[in-house]
Amino acid sequence: METRHRELDPRLFESVEIDAYEGERIAGPPVGFWKDSWVRLKKNRGALISLAVLVLVFIVAFVIGPLISTHSPYDQNMTQRYLGPTSDYWFGTDKFGRDMWTRVWAGARVSLYIGLLAALLDIFVGVVYGAVSGYLGGRVDDVMQRIIEILNGIPSLIIAILAMIVFNPGIITISIAIGLTGWTFMARIVRGRMIQLKDQEFALASRSLGASGFRVVWKHLIPNSLGLIVINLMFTIPSAIFAEAFLSFIGLGIQVPEASLGSLISDGAGELRFHPYLLWLPSIVFCLLMICFNLLGDGLRDALDPKMRK
Amino acid sequence: MLRYVARRTLYMLLALFVIISVTFFISKALPGTPFADDKLTPQIRKQLYEKYGLDEPILVQYEKYMLNVAQGDLGNSFYFESRPVSQMILQRLPVSMFIGVQAVIFGLVIGMVLGIVAALRHNTLWDTLAVVVAVLGVSVPSFVLGPILQYWLGLKLGWFPIAFFESWIYSVLPSLALSVFVISTVARFIRTEMLEVMGQDYITLAKAKGLSGLAVILKHVLRNALIPLVTVMAPLTIYLITGSLVVEQIFAVPGIGEQFVQSIVVNDYSMILGTTIFFSVLFILALLIQDIMYGIIDPRIRISGAKE
Amino acid sequence: MAMNNDNILEVRDLRISFGTYAGEVQAVRGVSFDLRRRETLAIVGESGSGKSVTAKSLMRLLPEANTIFKGGEAIFDGRDLLKLSEKQMQRVRGPKIAMVFQDPMTSLDPTMKVGNQISESLRKHLGMSRAKARERSVELLKLVGIPNAEERVKQYPHQFSGGMRQRVVIAIALACEPQILIADEPTTALDVTIQAQILDLLRELQEKIGTSVILITHDLGVVASVADRIAVMYAGKIVEMGTVRETFYDPQMPYTWGLLASIPLPTADRSQDLIPIPGSPPDMSDPPKGCPFTARCPYAMRVCPTEFPEYTTFSAEHKAACWLHHPMAPNVEPPARVGGTR
Ligand SMILES: Nc1ncnc2c1ncn2[C@@H]1O[C@H](COP(=O)(O)OP(=O)(O)OP(=O)(O)O)[C@@H](O)[C@H]1O
Ligand SMILES: [Mg+2]
Repeated sequence: METRHRELDPRLFESVEIDAYEGERIAGPPVGFWKDSWVRLKKNRGALISLAVLVLVFIVAFVIGPLISTHSPYDQNMTQRYLGPTSDYWFGTDKFGRDMWTRVWAGARVSLYIGLLAALLDIFVGVVYGAVSGYLGGRVDDVMQRIIEILNGIPSLIIAILAMIVFNPGIITISIAIGLTGWTFMARIVRGRMIQLKDQEFALASRSLGASGFRVVWKHLIPNSLGLIVINLMFTIPSAIFAEAFLSFIGLGIQVPEASLGSLISDGAGELRFHPYLLWLPSIVFCLLMICFNLLGDGLRDALDPKMRK
Repeated sequence: MLRYVARRTLYMLLALFVIISVTFFISKALPGTPFADDKLTPQIRKQLYEKYGLDEPILVQYEKYMLNVAQGDLGNSFYFESRPVSQMILQRLPVSMFIGVQAVIFGLVIGMVLGIVAALRHNTLWDTLAVVVAVLGVSVPSFVLGPILQYWLGLKLGWFPIAFFESWIYSVLPSLALSVFVISTVARFIRTEMLEVMGQDYITLAKAKGLSGLAVILKHVLRNALIPLVTVMAPLTIYLITGSLVVEQIFAVPGIGEQFVQSIVVNDYSMILGTTIFFSVLFILALLIQDIMYGIIDPRIRISGAKE
Repeated sequence: MAMNNDNILEVRDLRISFGTYAGEVQAVRGVSFDLRRRETLAIVGESGSGKSVTAKSLMRLLPEANTIFKGGEAIFDGRDLLKLSEKQMQRVRGPKIAMVFQDPMTSLDPTMKVGNQISESLRKHLGMSRAKARERSVELLKLVGIPNAEERVKQYPHQFSGGMRQRVVIAIALACEPQILIADEPTTALDVTIQAQILDLLRELQEKIGTSVILITHDLGVVASVADRIAVMYAGKIVEMGTVRETFYDPQMPYTWGLLASIPLPTADRSQDLIPIPGSPPDMSDPPKGCPFTARCPYAMRVCPTEFPEYTTFSAEHKAACWLHHPMAPNVEPPARVGGTR
């Protein structure tokens, strides 16, 4: 032995229990999936600001906006047309003298409502379809997938236009038209996840303990797919909001005297030359909604599924 | 490969069949045809019904309708007395195509450059720019962008005319309004795809061979990142179709989209249904070409008929 | 220090970290070793111990974005690899040092014909014409034992099985007859019979071409059959190093004991004897300042977590870092399962 050793305190060479050091080195309690995701989301400033803005828009659109205004979105006042933003009419008035402030927020309410309804439909149709298809597998899955493939060949917004022509235009028709055509993507994602999960140990264990198929899906597979579902919903919502505004813009959506951001933008575009504020105000609110939902969606995707980062 | 193409074609034909059937039954369920007008005497109404074949049993009508559509006959416009719908569509097609193709070319070029630069300069100002453009592009729809361009480049700066279609200069603003979405989609897609490819083992191996950075990018990264770009073709087609509805409306461009919106306003049902079928065919063709092209450039599909 | 003539590569005090959102991950924390001409040096250690990072840093293939080079040198041909410019490095990769990666399924470009992937480096480094390079690729494929090579060069990677793909990757690595071949777990992703074939192939080619090999693995069985010397890594440090003989028959460090106890002996009844090491390696974003194995070491002493032990030398080749070799430490015998290999 050539190595030179320093003189050290002999007590240093007493043996110790391993546990004493293991305890010292454990970094902290393991963090759960959702908590972990929340930590990641909090690091994303764009997503956080978007969330805050959305909450704010929600509150203003549903509570504060209508409450603090003395005007109604429908009352016409021919003596007060094209007023431009004033201290009385904060967003001005339109060509019938209607108050734009309340009309814009009524439009925002429609957008938010459509977004939520489309999300619900996406869950009830898309998630259920995907879960059934993926869990059952075999022939059923085959047929269900072929159906989706055919549906994907159908341009959904065009079908929504037809639906709007046949049925009475209105918020319910719009929601159904948008919801019925928008769920296939969700179904595919959920199905893929089901197939990936169903042979994993916890599902097998649960099945071997005699749990019914429904129970396995509901108690094990769906909770484990929740992250993916949430991410997807965050992209369904803005596209539904867009679809409604689009339909309303070409005159097929919300009918007068109701207001939607799409129809307000359409009216505003016609008044561009002399009363541009009629275009700017609804456009700003609409784009704000879209940007916030998209940024929040991006943020959630990065936070919930770092591997899926796109 | 052949089986793959045959299978895709079959699905597309089925989808088309579903769409045309839907349009037919919708046309039967419509609340009011132009002939439901109370001012018409029963006599004239009967004549009209006979003229348009509306008095036959529904299945016979269905069969006739399907056969006609299969031959490209979309019926006659209700509104513009008896002008064939297909002729009216074809007449307006060139203008819409011109604006759409111009938007796609412009969008592809700018979007690809932006996406590639963003990926190569990941986490720099360029990257941030690409991300911002991508979010704005999907968040600001053409029906907001169109009026903004009209106001700013047309009214304020006076660079471009804001309506009608008389020469090339008139196409600039509509194409621009359509292209922003293309730019953002393509830039986002290329950026993501390149970042993903650059993290792959085969890129590390290419570097480990001692290839220069440029050779690695050109021969391996771009090749792998651009192949999937084919898959944006169908989504872009459907976007251009729906986009043309609003953009042509905003800029008063005499294209198919503007005609479609007008036919909705005047309840010209045969025009609406005919255009719907035309749009669907366009979309399905794009989808089919997309799938086949993907098969041709990706050796994994070309050779084994399926992706691993 | 003058370069020993037998050494083709001398790595000194290599330190590499990564910037991550959880802080700085210290993947390699002062690694030193020599690679002799024509030898096979095995680097073993658990997942995450820094083997791949060590290997990739020699090729300078770590991601530029978040790699923090903390220090050290790697002398090859009288030059420090870690200080070469990117241009100079491109002339080293391929003809001087080549690499084989762990997963053959992802190592080949799916959109390029296999032949072209081999030709690329031939054309770049040996200046071959297209036709010449193609001819040579066929030869190389034959060399690595791919039947029907003339046909196979025109195929795409997905038309090859995993084992065949790894042969292609080896052909690419050997195309320019490199002086050093770094094989990072070349057989981990393959099934057992193919593993043996690939290892045989590597050994055979090494003899033919005369390359030195750095073989990274966590399979000690592989080490025993192909390596000359072995370096045991734990938490970014080399904790024991020696000839395969010395290290297997006379291991000097509890972590090595644990590793040896966890491999099946060819003679023994496998089901009974395998003893995995309990616990898991430390978090490298906050590595312990003493011996990193302390928390899992059955012989831990008070001194262990306070300071990393010096290396004790047992022979010209054999050294280990463990406080048990301090003269003041109690005498500890390796467990019977390891002693049994003596
Ligand atoms: N690009 C990177 N960014 C951040 N951390 C990294 C990076 N590459 C490696 N690491 C970390 O460095 C440590 C060492 O990794 P390395 O890949 O060298 O392990 P290994 O010994 O090769 O393990 P395995 O046997 O699993 O291949 C790990 O903790 C790993 O998480
Ligand atoms: Mg490794």
